[in-house]
Amino acid sequence: MNSWINLDALWKIVVIGLLAGAGLPALFAIGLRALAPRARAAGASGTSGTEAEPQPGPALRGPLIAGLCFATVLAAMGWGIYSIVHNS
Amino acid sequence: MNSACRSAFGRRRGFSSGRGGYLRRVTGNSVLLALVVATALGFDFTNGFHDTGNAMATSIATGALPPRIAVAVSSFLNLVGAFLSFSVAATIAGGLVQTHLVTLTVVFAGLAGGILWNLATWYLGLPSSSSHALIGGVVGATLAAAGGHAVQWHGLTAKVILPAVLSPVIAGLVATVGTAAVYRITRGVPKELRGRGFRIGQVGSASMVSLAHGTNDAQKTMGVITLALIADGSLGAHAKAPAWVIVSCALAISLGTYAGGWRVIRTLGKGLVEIEAPQGMAAESASASVILLSSSFGYSLSTTHVATGSILGSGTGKKGAGVRWSVAGRMAVAWVLTLPAAGLVGAMAYATAHGIGGTAGTSTIFVVLAACATGIYLASRRTPVTASNVNSQWSGSVAPGRTVPAGANL
Repeated sequence: MNSWINLDALWKIVVIGLLAGAGLPALFAIGLRALAPRARAAGASGTSGTEAEPQPGPALRGPLIAGLCFATVLAAMGWGIYSIVHNS
Repeated sequence: MNSACRSAFGRRRGFSSGRGGYLRRVTGNSVLLALVVATALGFDFTNGFHDTGNAMATSIATGALPPRIAVAVSSFLNLVGAFLSFSVAATIAGGLVQTHLVTLTVVFAGLAGGILWNLATWYLGLPSSSSHALIGGVVGATLAAAGGHAVQWHGLTAKVILPAVLSPVIAGLVATVGTAAVYRITRGVPKELRGRGFRIGQVGSASMVSLAHGTNDAQKTMGVITLALIADGSLGAHAKAPAWVIVSCALAISLGTYAGGWRVIRTLGKGLVEIEAPQGMAAESASASVILLSSSFGYSLSTTHVATGSILGSGTGKKGAGVRWSVAGRMAVAWVLTLPAAGLVGAMAYATAHGIGGTAGTSTIFVVLAACATGIYLASRRTPVTASNVNSQWSGSVAPGRTVPAGANL
């Protein structure tokens, strides 16, 4: 059987493939979600408190998470290019 | 030495196979070598336009990139990809056939089989593997030249057929999981932001696929030409691909990509699944990661099989997305047929070239090949698929109906 299929490579391709191929788009999605304006939550609290509390924490957190996610995706792409150069 | 297959073939085609020297190396035959190089570059060109859709079909379908820009980007990245790696081995056939039995005529006939199959499937708008077409052609020509013992059936099964069965399934699984995750995570995100974001992501992931394609597929042709040069005696047995081979192959695949195989792009982008940007990004990410991982484990997969599996997976991963299984079924039939059909053409080409003999035989095949290619091209002009109608509503066939205004969805 092993001379027909390299099972060791196969499961690695499946697992790492899932991590990279499905995980990275998911991470990208998390980044997008963090960037999305919290319309409902902000709107609800905004109408009651018009004195505009600055809320520095949450306001910065979205772009920070998004930046982190996108940076990871970019790094993974860089690793992909590296692997093209060195493996093929 | 004559296997049943070969002699039966020879009889049916009416050729005497009695001459003994059909395995001798043709040395210094510059006309033959020139024909092989020209045919190889021609194959590389068809490889380019047949596979543009693997990387760019989803981006074109979702409008992430305008069609012409998409093929230009893919073309450029194929060019870059072709120069990214220099570990070109002259072993497209290594482990699949007994390479010492491969002559220039065998390589030539194999290329003819690959080209014709690529053109026929392109005409039908079916994405099928260019690598399989090439391998099928070479194996068929080898069978005709030297018989069944010259083919390493175990290697063929383990290195070509099993990966071809497994890779679309794995890519499809990854794309299904990715698509499901992406839609779940972005449920609350406004549609407009989501679309814009994922269209950017799509361009990134499709670019990776283009780059990987340039590296993998341009190298196959570099390998073929290098093999021909070695068989001809122009290069030493373990020589690397000369610079002119690398440059010309890179240019051929890049030009082919730029020509844009709109018929295949249309089937992949519109025919299989109606694709949205998040699905497109998930599909291309799955393709890129499976291709890169496999090649780092030493498997050279068919980009086409992986990309098609991914696009199917992006359809099954999204609730309510319709997958046109009839289109998928036609593709599956084409995939099963690729090796034997290209092999048959390769074998016929070899038998004819060998039967006529010498430069005249090869030249005859070259002319027939050029005539077939022209014929298929002319036939395609009657139901043209171009950058302007590639995204028209899918109406069950590759060629958009005439009632649909061109570019209606752009």
